[in-house]
Amino acid sequence: MLAQGFASALSPINLLFALIGCIAGTLVGVLPGLGPTAAIAMLLPLTTMLPPAPAIIMMAAIYYGAMYGGSTTAILVNIPGEASSVPTAIDGYQLNQQGRGGPTLGISAITSFVAGTIGVVGLTFFAPLLSQVALAFGPPEYFALAFLGLSLIISLSGRALVKGILAAAFGLLTAMIGLDPLTGVARLTFGQPLLMAGIEFVPIIMGLFAISEVLLNVESSVRGILSDQKIEWLPSWQDLKETWAAMLRSGFLGFFMGLIPGCSPAVTSFMAYDMEKRFSKHPEKFGKGAMDAVAAVEGANNATASGGFVPLFSFGIPSGPALAVLLGGFMMYGLQPGPRLMTEQPQLLWTIIASMYIGNVMLLILNLPLVGVWARMALIPFPILGPLIVAFTFIGAYSLRFQMLDIWIVLLFGVIGYLMRKFGFPVAPMVLAAVLAKMLETALMQSLVISQGSALIFFTRPISVVFMIVALFFIARGVWLQIRTPAANIALESDV
Amino acid sequence: MKKTWLVVLGLSIVAVVIAACASEPPKPTEAPYPTKQITYMIPFDPGGQSDREARRQQPFLEKSLSQKIVIDYKVGGGGAVGWAELVRAKPDGYYIAGVNLPHIILQPLQQDTGYKTEQIVPVVFFQRTPLGLAVPANSPYKSLKEFIDAAKAKPESITVGGSGTFSGHHIATLRLQKIAGVKFNYVPFTGAAPQMTAVLGGHVNAVIANSDDLVKYKDQLRLLAMADADRFPLLPEMPTFKEQGVDMIEAIDRGVGVPVGTPDYVVKKLETAFLEIAKNPDIVADMKKQGFVPLAMGAAESKTHVEKMLATYKELVKDIK
Repeated sequence: MLAQGFASALSPINLLFALIGCIAGTLVGVLPGLGPTAAIAMLLPLTTMLPPAPAIIMMAAIYYGAMYGGSTTAILVNIPGEASSVPTAIDGYQLNQQGRGGPTLGISAITSFVAGTIGVVGLTFFAPLLSQVALAFGPPEYFALAFLGLSLIISLSGRALVKGILAAAFGLLTAMIGLDPLTGVARLTFGQPLLMAGIEFVPIIMGLFAISEVLLNVESSVRGILSDQKIEWLPSWQDLKETWAAMLRSGFLGFFMGLIPGCSPAVTSFMAYDMEKRFSKHPEKFGKGAMDAVAAVEGANNATASGGFVPLFSFGIPSGPALAVLLGGFMMYGLQPGPRLMTEQPQLLWTIIASMYIGNVMLLILNLPLVGVWARMALIPFPILGPLIVAFTFIGAYSLRFQMLDIWIVLLFGVIGYLMRKFGFPVAPMVLAAVLAKMLETALMQSLVISQGSALIFFTRPISVVFMIVALFFIARGVWLQIRTPAANIALESDV
Repeated sequence: MKKTWLVVLGLSIVAVVIAACASEPPKPTEAPYPTKQITYMIPFDPGGQSDREARRQQPFLEKSLSQKIVIDYKVGGGGAVGWAELVRAKPDGYYIAGVNLPHIILQPLQQDTGYKTEQIVPVVFFQRTPLGLAVPANSPYKSLKEFIDAAKAKPESITVGGSGTFSGHHIATLRLQKIAGVKFNYVPFTGAAPQMTAVLGGHVNAVIANSDDLVKYKDQLRLLAMADADRFPLLPEMPTFKEQGVDMIEAIDRGVGVPVGTPDYVVKKLETAFLEIAKNPDIVADMKKQGFVPLAMGAAESKTHVEKMLATYKELVKDIK
C-alpha cells in the first residue's frame, strides 16, 4: 500500500503541491505570529479548485513544515513564534550569542527531519495498533498529564523556586481571562466583549521574550548580539555526535505524546527539554547554551506534529486547532477521516502519508541552505536589528486577529517580562503554566464531576496514578534538593 | 426678472408636493441593494460546520445577489464574540452572520454576553442537526428504557457527556431528566472531538451528541434514541425518543441573521437568495448524505420559531440558575 502511495505522491501535481506546502510552512514557521492554523484556513477555498490529494498534501505540509521554521526566530533573536519554541529560545539564543547560531539552526533542521521521519514511520506502521492510546485518555488522565507538566516548573525555576512558582501562578491567571471553557462564564473580562475570547499566547510570548530582550539590550547599550564577529556556519561532527541520542529520544517521546489528542507540541517540547536534562551528561549547561537541549525540543515538537495524524486518521479526532482546520479540509470533499476512510479510500490516505516522507526530505533540503542566510542576521548591528525585532513582533501580533488589542498585549507583557527578568523571576515557568492551564482546569473539573467530588479518581486508574506518582516524585525531589543543597551548588537555570 | 424667478420657484415647489402626494403612501426611499460586497461573518472556527455551509452557499449567493461575498471569522466564547459584533454592526444588510440555535437564546439567558436574542433578526434557518443519545457499543444499557431505569435505581451516578454548559446538549439532558423523572451526572466537554473521544473510550456512560457525530461513529456506539419527530434517514435503525414514550425534540439549527433595524426589503432580498439555495436539490441531497436535516425556514417563520424557543428555555433555565 505504501508503495502505491509513493507512486501517486511522486506524480508531478502532488509533488508540486507538497513543495508549495513545505515552502509556505517554512515561511509561516519563520514569521512570528502567523501560525499554521491561519495559513491552512486561508487556503481552504482552494479545495474547490483542486482534487483532494494535492490539496490535503499541501495543507498537511504547511502543518509539519511550520514546525521546522518555528525555531528560527527563537534561536536568532529570542522571539519564539509560538509556545512550542519557547524552550528552544532558552538555549538556542544563548548559543547564537556565543556565535554558534549557524550550527544550532543546522542541528535544529536535522533534528526536525529525524524526528519528523520517526513520526511518519510510526504513523505508517503502528497507527492501527496505537490508535487506542487516544481513547485510553479520559479526563483523569489528562489532569494527571497536565499535573506532571506543571511539576516541571521545579526544574525550570532552578534556584529561584519560589519566584518560579509565583511566575507559574501568574501564567495560570493570565490563561483564565475569557469565558470559562466549560461553563461559559466570563472571567476577568471587566465587561469587555473583546476579552471574552481570552488573550492569545503568541502576543504574550513575544512580549515576554522579544520586547523584554530589546529593552534589556537598549539599557545596556548592546552593539550586536554577538560578542565577537567570528561565526560558524554548519554543525560539526562533534555537534552531531553530541545530539543524535537526544534527537531519537525526543522523537519517540514526541510521537507517543502526539497520539494523545489535545497534547500540543507546546506541552511535549517542555517535557522533552526536562527529560533531556535528566539524561544529559552535562545538565549544568542547560539554560546556558546546550546543543542537545535544542535538539530535544525540536525533535519533540516535530514528532508530536506527525503523531497527531494517528488519532486524526483513525478516528477523525483533531489534536489541535491546526488539525481541526485540516479536518475541515477533508470534510469539504465529503471525506470523513476515520476507520471507514481507511477501508474506502486507502489510496488517498497512503498518498498523503507517502507525501509526508517526501515532504520531510524537501524541508531538510530547503532549510539547510537557509541556515547561512539566517545566521548572518546575528551580524546586523543592534541599533538596526532592535527596531526591526519590535516591528516584526507588532506585525506578527496584529496579524493574529487584526486587533490593536494584541499589540497592547505585546507591549504590556514586554514590560512585565522586563521587570520579571530584572527581579530574577524565571519566564519559562509562566509560559508552561499558561500552556497547560486549559487542560489542567478542564480535566480537573470534569474528573471531579465524574467522581462526584472525590480526588481518589486520580489514584485509582492505572495511567493517571503513574503520572501522579512521577509528578509527586519530581516535586519532592526538587524541594529536597532545594532544602539540602546550599543555593550556589544547584545546577541552576539561567534567568530566562 | 426677480418675479419670474419666484414664480418658477413657487411652481416647482407645488410640483414637488404634488409629485410626493401622487406616490401614495409616502414610503422611505428604497436604496438599491446590494451595491457593494457583503461580509458573511462566521462566529466559529474556519473548517467547522458553519464555515462549510457558508462556503457551500458563497458561489450561489454571489450569483443571485451579483455582489462579492466575503467570509470573515470572529471566533470566541462559543459564538458570543461574533454575535456581540453583529449587533453592533450597521443594520444595512452588508454585514450578515451565521446564527445558531439554541446558542443565541441560551447565552444571553446565562449572563451579559454583549448581545441580546432580540437584537438579532433571523433571516433564514437552513440546516438542522437533531440531537441523539448514545452509549458505547459494549455498554450494559441496551435500550432507552434500561438506561432510564438504571438512572432511577442510582440517581446522579450515570454520567452523560455533552459539549458545554448552558448549551443545546446540556438543555437536552435537563429536559430528559425532567420528562423521565431521573437525575444524571452531566459532564461538560469543550467540543465535539473531546466529547466523542470520552464516550468511545468509556470515560462517560453516555453522550448527547449531534446527528452528524452519531453518523460518524455509529459503528462504535449503541444509538439509544434520536430527539426528532421522525427517524433519521441515515440511521434508520435508531428509534426516536417519541417512539419510546419520551416526547422530546432537541436540535441545533443553523441559519443566517442580521442586526435589528435592518430594512424589511433588505431582509426580504437576503431571504429570497438564501431560500433559493436551501431548496436547491443538489445541496439538499449533500446535506442529507452528511448527516444533517435540510431546512428552508423563511424570515417570518424563523422569528416565531426563535420566540417560541425563547419562552420554553426561559422556563427550563429557571430550574438550573
